[in-house]
Amino acid sequence: MDKDIYILAIESSCDETAAAVVKNGREVLSNVIYSQIDIHTLFGGVVPEIASRKHIEKINPVISRALSDSGMTLSEMDAVAVTYGPGLVGPLLVGVAEAKALAYAAGKPLVPVHHIEGHICANYVENKDLEPPFLCMVVSGGHTHLVMVNDYADYTILGRTRDDAAGEAFDKVARAIGLGYPGGPKIDKAAREGDPRAIEFPRGHVRESDLDFSFSGVKSAVLNYLNDCHMKGIEVNTTDVAASFQASIVEVIVEHTMLAARETGARKIALAGGVASNTALRTAMEEACAHHGYSFYKPSPLLCTDNAAMIGAAGYYDFINGIRAGLDLNAVPNLKLGER
Amino acid sequence: MLILALESSGLVASAALVSEDKVIGEYTSNFKKTHSQTLLPMMDAVLKLTGIDIKEIDAVAVSGGPGSFTGLRIGSATAKGMGLALDVPIINVPTLEAIAYNACGTEGVVCPLMDARRNQGYTGVYEFEGDTIRTIIEQQALPVEEIISRVNALGRKVIYLGDGVPVYRDIIEKSTAVPYLIAPMHMSVQRAGTLGALAVQYYKAGRVETAAEHHPDYLRPSQAEREYAEKHEK
Repeated sequence: MDKDIYILAIESSCDETAAAVVKNGREVLSNVIYSQIDIHTLFGGVVPEIASRKHIEKINPVISRALSDSGMTLSEMDAVAVTYGPGLVGPLLVGVAEAKALAYAAGKPLVPVHHIEGHICANYVENKDLEPPFLCMVVSGGHTHLVMVNDYADYTILGRTRDDAAGEAFDKVARAIGLGYPGGPKIDKAAREGDPRAIEFPRGHVRESDLDFSFSGVKSAVLNYLNDCHMKGIEVNTTDVAASFQASIVEVIVEHTMLAARETGARKIALAGGVASNTALRTAMEEACAHHGYSFYKPSPLLCTDNAAMIGAAGYYDFINGIRAGLDLNAVPNLKLGER
Repeated sequence: MLILALESSGLVASAALVSEDKVIGEYTSNFKKTHSQTLLPMMDAVLKLTGIDIKEIDAVAVSGGPGSFTGLRIGSATAKGMGLALDVPIINVPTLEAIAYNACGTEGVVCPLMDARRNQGYTGVYEFEGDTIRTIIEQQALPVEEIISRVNALGRKVIYLGDGVPVYRDIIEKSTAVPYLIAPMHMSVQRAGTLGALAVQYYKAGRVETAAEHHPDYLRPSQAEREYAEKHEK
């Protein structure tokens, strides 16, 4: 029997300070998240400098809590894994510097983890049977990627957004219709009361590529619609706008995922990222998968948003594949998927 | 007693190992590579060269601010990680006090000056009695003209040092009305050895904090908070 592998994982790429202890990449022994969302709500979005300052204040208590919740000590860990990109450089640097010092002082290997790979690997935590190859649609505030997971730590990007990330469009539209920040959950909630067919917003296709996305046009169409109503003195039905906007985003995401499945022959489909907690998207993707006979996987909402358990899952597979970082590891804010 | 000292508040990155009576090893560099890439390898080099195991240290001293926000956090997070892993305290040494301590022994006053942009300097004024540093003006962000007029008001000989000196040299030369000296380059930068020497005094006096509670003193709110406050005052 192989020895169990325990990873202490740290994540600070945006506005969540998080640490977790993960066993063998699949079993979460602890998952501590300090969300800064209340502070950033004041400013209508994440302020990098404020996020960085909060990370510094919270990172040690969060890590200590993750260790104590797991009932283990730092010396019992096999490695320290940390998100080094993509993300906001200031916030990333806090986690990276902390993780390097921890690993160095404790004499543990340091594993650099890609944030998006982390989101994808969140699916391993609750779906013990899920193994590559599978198709994964990653949708969050900063990312929209349709990814073929060929093997653990081997990815091919099939489609991506040409402009705004899906979550970014949610935030901007939510602000425009007065729902505020964070846009994803607020639109999700408002949309349940609205009619998704009330207004016909454009679909975010890209002419030259069947699998890429473009969400800035949808966002502009919503802004134009609001402006038009305002000019004509028509009262805006916020819930209808939320529902119709959400429907246009969800439809394209599901459609492109199904197309990619047809093209690649993938039989397993997963969702990942913060927007993967959107109820309309989860339902629509599940129905489409059922219709085509694909297996459908999704992380629970807590593992969709930024967390360190997913970094521990990804870090485990990187660790057993021999991936290590040196003491000169830097934050890479624009790190691309598949790059090191 | 063994103290690991880390300095990354400005352009210089520096790591040193200091005991009660000597700077055992120090590595200071001043070039464009980011502190994130240099600080830990430099610290590792000092430890390797001296054959000292990291587990032997009693405390981690860090330049606690002000300075580059990102630079300060790289130093702080490194110190906090060390502190957590080794269960040792952090010694938060004010950056300007540590720069001023480079000129320990002078009879006049010392005015360290870091460029804080927006025509301001992070500055303070200090004097010495033996190897003890005394604060005359607390470290703060001030318009450069203002700090010079405060120095003038003291009516004592002054040594200017720090990376803000070349930036504001013209104003310093034009406005200083007391005898002054601009420190040579080796004295003018942040050095972990100096920080460590001061940290020994802090440690003996019990001026330490836990790794969990330590955070930098930025001396300034973020730009977003500043603008938010201005908007809501109107």
